[in-house]
Amino acid sequence: MSVFVTQLFNGLSLGSIMLFIAIGLAITFGLMGVINMAHGELIMVGAYATYVVQQFFAQYAPQSMDYYYVIAIPVSFFVSALLGLGLEKSLIRHLYHRPLDSLLATWGVSLILQQMARTIFGAPNVAVLPPKWLDGGVHVAGMVFPYKRLFILAFVAVSIFVLYMYLNKTAAGRRIRAVTLNRDMAACLGISTQKVDAYAFAIGSGFAGLAGCALTLLGPIGPTIGTYYIVDAFMVVILGGVGKVIGTVLGAFGIGLIGTLTEYSTSATMAKVITFALIIVFLQWKPSGLVSMKTRSLD
Amino acid sequence: MIKKNWMYWMFFLALFLAPFYLTEFRLSLLGKFLCFAMIAIGISLIWGYTGILSLGHGVYFGLGAYCMAMYLKLEASGGRLPDFMEWSGVNNLPWFWKLFEHPIISISSAIIVPVLLAMFLSYFTFRNRIKGVYFSLLSQAIVVVFVTLFIGKQEWTGGTNGLTNFSTVFGFSLSSPLTQIVLYLLTVVLLLSMFLFSRWLTRSRFGRVLVAIRDSENRVRFLGFNPTTYKVFVYSLSAAFAGIAGAMFVLQVGLISPAMMGIIPSIEMVLWVAVGGRSSLIGAIIGAIVTNGAKSFFSENYPDIWLLFLGGLFIAVVLFLPNGLAGVYQSVKQRKKQGEVRANEASSHVLQRVSRF
Amino acid sequence: MKLKGNGLKWLGLFLCGSLLALSGCAASSAVDEAKEKKKESSTSETSDTVKVGILHSLSGTMAISEVSLRDAELMAIEEINESGGLLGKKIEPVIEDGASDWPTFAEKAKKLLQKDKVVTIFGGWTSASRKAMLPVVEQNNGLLWYPVQYEGMESSPNIFYTGATTNQQIVPAVSWLLQNKGKKFFLLGSDYVFPRTANKIIRAQLKAEGGQLVGEEYTPLGHTDYSTIISKIKDVKPDVVFNTLNGDSNVAFFKQLKDAGITPKDLTVMSVSIAEEEIRGIGGDVLAGHLAVWNYFQSTDTPENKVFVEKYKKKYGKDRVTSDPIEAAYFAVHLWAEAVKKAGSFDVDKVKKAADGIEYKAPGGTVKIDGETQHTWKIVRIGEIQPDGQFKELWNSGEAVKPDPYLKSYPWAKDLMN
Repeated sequence: MSVFVTQLFNGLSLGSIMLFIAIGLAITFGLMGVINMAHGELIMVGAYATYVVQQFFAQYAPQSMDYYYVIAIPVSFFVSALLGLGLEKSLIRHLYHRPLDSLLATWGVSLILQQMARTIFGAPNVAVLPPKWLDGGVHVAGMVFPYKRLFILAFVAVSIFVLYMYLNKTAAGRRIRAVTLNRDMAACLGISTQKVDAYAFAIGSGFAGLAGCALTLLGPIGPTIGTYYIVDAFMVVILGGVGKVIGTVLGAFGIGLIGTLTEYSTSATMAKVITFALIIVFLQWKPSGLVSMKTRSLD
Repeated sequence: MIKKNWMYWMFFLALFLAPFYLTEFRLSLLGKFLCFAMIAIGISLIWGYTGILSLGHGVYFGLGAYCMAMYLKLEASGGRLPDFMEWSGVNNLPWFWKLFEHPIISISSAIIVPVLLAMFLSYFTFRNRIKGVYFSLLSQAIVVVFVTLFIGKQEWTGGTNGLTNFSTVFGFSLSSPLTQIVLYLLTVVLLLSMFLFSRWLTRSRFGRVLVAIRDSENRVRFLGFNPTTYKVFVYSLSAAFAGIAGAMFVLQVGLISPAMMGIIPSIEMVLWVAVGGRSSLIGAIIGAIVTNGAKSFFSENYPDIWLLFLGGLFIAVVLFLPNGLAGVYQSVKQRKKQGEVRANEASSHVLQRVSRF
Repeated sequence: MKLKGNGLKWLGLFLCGSLLALSGCAASSAVDEAKEKKKESSTSETSDTVKVGILHSLSGTMAISEVSLRDAELMAIEEINESGGLLGKKIEPVIEDGASDWPTFAEKAKKLLQKDKVVTIFGGWTSASRKAMLPVVEQNNGLLWYPVQYEGMESSPNIFYTGATTNQQIVPAVSWLLQNKGKKFFLLGSDYVFPRTANKIIRAQLKAEGGQLVGEEYTPLGHTDYSTIISKIKDVKPDVVFNTLNGDSNVAFFKQLKDAGITPKDLTVMSVSIAEEEIRGIGGDVLAGHLAVWNYFQSTDTPENKVFVEKYKKKYGKDRVTSDPIEAAYFAVHLWAEAVKKAGSFDVDKVKKAADGIEYKAPGGTVKIDGETQHTWKIVRIGEIQPDGQFKELWNSGEAVKPDPYLKSYPWAKDLMN
């Protein structure tokens, strides 16, 4: 029983990480249709931003070191968002009608960002020490639920909630959805689609930064970490279905649970193979993913 | 038309004569690049002509290479178990390795295995009308599956080290310069035949249907064609090209490992074609040679800048040269032609071939 | 019309020409090539310099580790040049980038041997890169010095191995753990050649020496979620986790192990690929109390090491650290120099012959080349990781251990090679 509960928790935890790396993509790819291969590098930028904040605190405010993480969260969001904004204005803007080309161009961006990270921070990994108040975990009947994983679960839940409220309850969010649903009609009704594109992309990138910040708690921080997450992130979004954030949530937790359960009964390598094979097979059956927008158009 | 042909012939003649004016080291590099050019032709067919962007051609390349490498490994082991099997705890040669003792089976499977896989995958994918970026991302997932499997099944594949340390092919020493020259010439012949075949194909009715599928698949469907058949055929053809390229690559480089079929090499393959010009076959060949030549040059001289350069190249080509080097050449030619038309209005029957998309 | 034809012709010529120029002369100009041809009959020895190749990944994922090896090798070359060179000649390093890509290693090794005519190459880190270079150096009768611990089962006549083979790292570590930490072993590794081979050896050794194997897991390279593996470890309650994970996976594993409430007191983790450099990327706090086995630590207390560490830091920066592979790369250059001196020639065959029994006082203690296997005798050390990122030595083998890449002297290893 305890094995099952622990694995369920591990699955949810892995799902929450998957969801975190995919929320940003759910906006940029799911809503806007841009294949951003540099998404992984935006995650990396968020992670490095967290590292820089930590170093800054260690240098100038060692007495309040415990709280650097609180500052790192907004910083990583805004650094990535700004980078995303710049990317949209300079590059993505010209490629909205050529999705395959945007894939190649953003791959180029990802190479450049990796090399820049290597030049600035050096090739080796850097260490981010998680704040003390996240050490340890909740002990229940011999099982341990680490605070960090609980924190990430809560963090991602809050992020999704905020995103949902933003998209559905604010004027700006409604504009994004309007442009997504029918760009021409939205433009006719006086929405500046260019502006909407720019800040939607910035928000998506900002979420990637948050993911990077969260991942520093569990994983490595180096120039190439983006490449570990990018394929997974895309799989989550296309499995979940394009255009609905709820699909991404289902996709992420689905992959997380299947991954951990198969890993427990087989091996990590086989779990990866099986998970990916299942996604491929599932998409053959339902090409538009778990949750899809109903449309009558053919393309 | 004849004049255009003349240029192609010059190009291939120059390749044929390369053993006379290149050192052994440079020749082996060029041989490697020509293998990449074979893949590029295939990608140009599916991407430039049919509009399918595959980010998974590393798999077909890898499968072809492994099929050839298994034969070479068995020949090098001389009847004993291959070295990596010995220390991975395999006592008997697995049955599917036994098949590769025969050169005919080995060479033909370097084509058949990638083609079968490509047919299987593409049939279902295209029948279910998965296209565009979804197909690209799915093909990436397939790469992940295969690379993970090839690394994980170390006792059968040699794991991350891959297969290497071959000695002979059909009894000829792989290290002798003569064998290398023969292999090089064989590569040029194969490349030439692939090029001619693809050129014939794209100029036939079949090729026109492909372009039509690229530009509007639904219209093609409404006109009574079945796009799935066309797409499966051309996709499998490009897999066959990649498989042959893999086999020739192993013969000349003497090494294949899962890293060479991974996501990054697969995306780089697309870059070669993008640089050369996606809807030009000769452009794809030139793109593969030029990009890899540049890679050798930059990584020899400025290793740090290489990635920046590569990234910049991606962006620049996509933004400014959507038709690659071939596009530049054609627009120069076009301008010339237009000038002539203005000068000499009598010759108004100038064919203009503009490649869009 | 005539004009048009000519224009086309010129364009065609230009295209062909530029193509051939690019493909043919990717690196050097035609003039260079002509010069080479003239020189080809002699070697790269001119009257006052001799060329050696340095071939590591300076870009790509492996650059993390390999750049420091290049630095150490360059430092050793500089030392030799400062003390008057070798056989009256200055050593001139030719540096190439393997780019973390195995065919590139083969390509560059070929270039160094055929085009630059280097007398020896120092290079490689991963087994895959060594396997890629092996046929090249054998076919060209070159010389390669490989400075990293590896899985054994190999002894090429053209390679000298200055890193540890299995009986100089893994085997003694397992014996030590059995005596000091407990019998129940859990084997955890990245899914590639070194961990799988190492674990096969450990399995045989545990059987022979009374240990018990309670679990064995492999994770794909770049794996970052270890929650399930940690659950499995908790289920079987081992005394020791023998860790052959590599690179970034270590960061994730140790961070998550600590979060799961497992401390070094509950469970010893013995690692074979975490050295001083890797600790910096994980954080000493996370790793403190866990163990690692190497032949050299930065904290190793020898007079040679004091000088070495000081010099290295002075040359490359205060915050740089030294580690086992760095030391092995450093003394490889010196061993080669000693062999050349003894042979009185740079000729590969003569150097190989002279190398047998050559000794050098390396920072980690005296090392000696074993002529039969072309590996080196080295002292084995087990250390505990300290919060400051350094090791505290818990045990060492006292004297140098004879290399035995095929484990011929261990009766339990007889069945390993079938």
